[in-house]
Amino acid sequence: MIAPTTEAELSEFLSDVSKPVRIVGGGTRLGLGNSVHAKKSLATSGLSGITLLEPAALTLVVQSGTPLKDVQKALNEVNQQLPFEPMDHCDLLGSEGNSTIGGVVACNISGSRRIQTGACRDSLIGVRFVDGMGTVIKNGGRVMKNVTGYDLVKLMAGSYGTLGVMTELSFKLLPKPEASASIILHGLNDERGISALCKALGSPNDVNGAAHLNDETLIRIEGFNASVAYRTEALKRLFSGYEISVETNTNKNNKLWNSIGNVSVFSKTKTSIWRLSVKPTSGPKIMETLLKSGIKAEAQYDWGGGLVYLSVPDNINIRDHLSDIQGHITLVRGNGGGAEAMPIQSKLIKGIEEGLRKKFDPRNILNVGIMG
Amino acid sequence: MEMPTPSAAVLNKKSHIVRRLSKVLPVEAVISEEHETRAYECDALTAYRCLPMIAVLPETTKQVSDILRICHEEGVPVVPRGSGTSLAGGAMPTADCVILGVAKLNNVLETDYDNRLIRVQSGRTNLSVSGAVEEDGFFYAPDPSSQLACAIAGNIGMNSGGAHCLKYGVTTNNLMGVTMVMMDGEIVEIGGNHLDSAGLDLLGLICGSEGQLGVVTEATLRILSKPVGARPVLIAFDKNEVAGACVADIIKAGVLPVAMEFMDRLCIETSENFANAGYPDAEALLIVEVEGSEPEIQEQLEKIIAIAEKHNPIELRESKSDEESAKIWLGRKSAFGAIGQISDYMCLDGTIPVSELPYVLKRIGEIGDEYGLKVGNVFHAGDGNMHPLILFDANKPGDLELCEQMGAEILRLCVEVGGCLTGEHGVGVEKRDLMFDQYSHQDIEAQLNIKDVFDPKWLLNGAKVFPLISTENRRAA
Repeated sequence: MIAPTTEAELSEFLSDVSKPVRIVGGGTRLGLGNSVHAKKSLATSGLSGITLLEPAALTLVVQSGTPLKDVQKALNEVNQQLPFEPMDHCDLLGSEGNSTIGGVVACNISGSRRIQTGACRDSLIGVRFVDGMGTVIKNGGRVMKNVTGYDLVKLMAGSYGTLGVMTELSFKLLPKPEASASIILHGLNDERGISALCKALGSPNDVNGAAHLNDETLIRIEGFNASVAYRTEALKRLFSGYEISVETNTNKNNKLWNSIGNVSVFSKTKTSIWRLSVKPTSGPKIMETLLKSGIKAEAQYDWGGGLVYLSVPDNINIRDHLSDIQGHITLVRGNGGGAEAMPIQSKLIKGIEEGLRKKFDPRNILNVGIMG
Repeated sequence: MEMPTPSAAVLNKKSHIVRRLSKVLPVEAVISEEHETRAYECDALTAYRCLPMIAVLPETTKQVSDILRICHEEGVPVVPRGSGTSLAGGAMPTADCVILGVAKLNNVLETDYDNRLIRVQSGRTNLSVSGAVEEDGFFYAPDPSSQLACAIAGNIGMNSGGAHCLKYGVTTNNLMGVTMVMMDGEIVEIGGNHLDSAGLDLLGLICGSEGQLGVVTEATLRILSKPVGARPVLIAFDKNEVAGACVADIIKAGVLPVAMEFMDRLCIETSENFANAGYPDAEALLIVEVEGSEPEIQEQLEKIIAIAEKHNPIELRESKSDEESAKIWLGRKSAFGAIGQISDYMCLDGTIPVSELPYVLKRIGEIGDEYGLKVGNVFHAGDGNMHPLILFDANKPGDLELCEQMGAEILRLCVEVGGCLTGEHGVGVEKRDLMFDQYSHQDIEAQLNIKDVFDPKWLLNGAKVFPLISTENRRAA
């Protein structure tokens, strides 16, 4: 394992290396993606520390190998947070370690708040990285409005290390909410549950969590005290006639939404876990299709229904049953009947992606094969 | 403005190209007579003009594909155009180009309230996207000042922002999918009605690429439920620095207003004379707007006012009615027009870290004194996106050039303090030659490599964004 401690060292290493390397952050998400063709590992753990934290500008600049929990601790002290609520994969993948901020960005990991404040890629405003030839490249910066040249910041988020090894990242932050409430509707089936979430999200109540699992439909709001109290009542009125309970304890809400974000419901199952990003209202239909095909699937819906985690018995490739789906399907855990983990792309898109990889990593060194 | 030498080979086969285009387009959609192409000689950056060779106005994605395929085969440069409201010269033609205007592609294709999205053709104007869903209580969030006229295609090209992006983000944060035609005529679907991409984030790459990677013909946009209400408060200070400190304190307190606008003395006085908004005599003025239901508005305004009062404002005016709100906004909204009444001006668009506001304002004043030109400042304070307006006299020889030099110096200052050249207008031709002030050769090379992948012949809007010298070999190849 090589672990450079400066960007210059990393650059030197990558310009000299001749064999493919696997990039490792905290090691908690190594199970994600297709298999990587590499014998050597390259750790980012040596690139650690917060470069700049400016609460009055809602700005953070941080080295990519910094543990996520260190970042969260520092932000907590100034009463701010990363807007996109990154999930922790340890439960679901049975992994151990300390997730790094670079790993979060490389996989574009976003949680329940995605529907309101955007994905990880939406909060990322600047990036420095070293490409497959050892060249240091920067894009974006530390200001939240920036259209100077192409947006490589977005391109790097979710590129799984295949275009370069990120060294420094800048984020737009948000204040931590003063209060939160979860409005829970009981006893709805999938279809009625998702329909209720659509209704909540289509109301002017600034909903920032919308999930459905185990016949419970959960709606979260956050903000200042009076505002949360007002919107709680508004949502109760919107769902009058439903069986409702309300949770206003912040600790309990954090725990509840962490368990949804981390998909804890499937952490102990011995099944394959699939992740689907689809149009919210099509989630329940997907379940119906699978059940009709005799597949014993169970679902957790987040993002108002648009993010579906499916627990499916091993040795089944659900893509065979969902060929006409709009959106994309990822195998997160299990054998999936021999399916590729990463989504299958159209020929045209695949061509563009290969073209881009050839430019940034012409020698085929970085996380080769991980995205298919 | 230096532009590439037009290709004689292309100009010589103009009639042949017109014939080929006329075979795939209705007769009125191919414009080649000089008195008609004149309408496309510039965009909103009117200081620079060039007559295009041909202009085409397709009505379908298929027609766009045919046009691009023909231009690709013939080696003809193409400049895509939305509504032509670019302040950076993004739609400025070259003499040997085909202007591809998407204005006729203006239909709404699908509205889906359950899934909170709308799919439109890209020539549709920004405001009419909100207009299509407004009666049902929804809106499209990005709101550039030109929203009455500007097209979604241009918004995507420039990744446009607006006054409300502190809360709602800019175009890229509200764009879910596009249908795009590549330079060789291939039609590609990117994203769609779901969130986040499979594979590399090509949607994020295309948004803000200034029409250099492909021509977007359809877009899926996120729509949001309209807030119950909104209300501004006007806060006036006798020092710029104090206004800057007040902005910082509001953000630190965890309040996230939907808009926080700043005006300096020159802008306050000029717009007051023009619009009679009843603005106080002050050095700096903030308009802070919050949204929500009545109790939510109250709660946020109380916090903001408590913070503002600690900074001893010379006036603090909370709107009590829709009329008062309109009046508070009136001066700000007429600021550009008001300045335009008294002088020619150049509008800059650099962004700076909010903490550098007082220093940068002071330096801009000093630079203005050095050049002997007046500057007014009006900008989105919450996100640091400045709009210094440099006043000059277009009829005075040398004044435009002086103004350009001064503008460049201010933009370099923005970069120096940790900001950037452009926050929402784009690079276009206007800031092309300053790119190396913000980026290294390696940084630029990485961007040029991306264009190579999408448009290997460098035919799409190739004279923009990057200094001509850095793209010369690629364009000539």
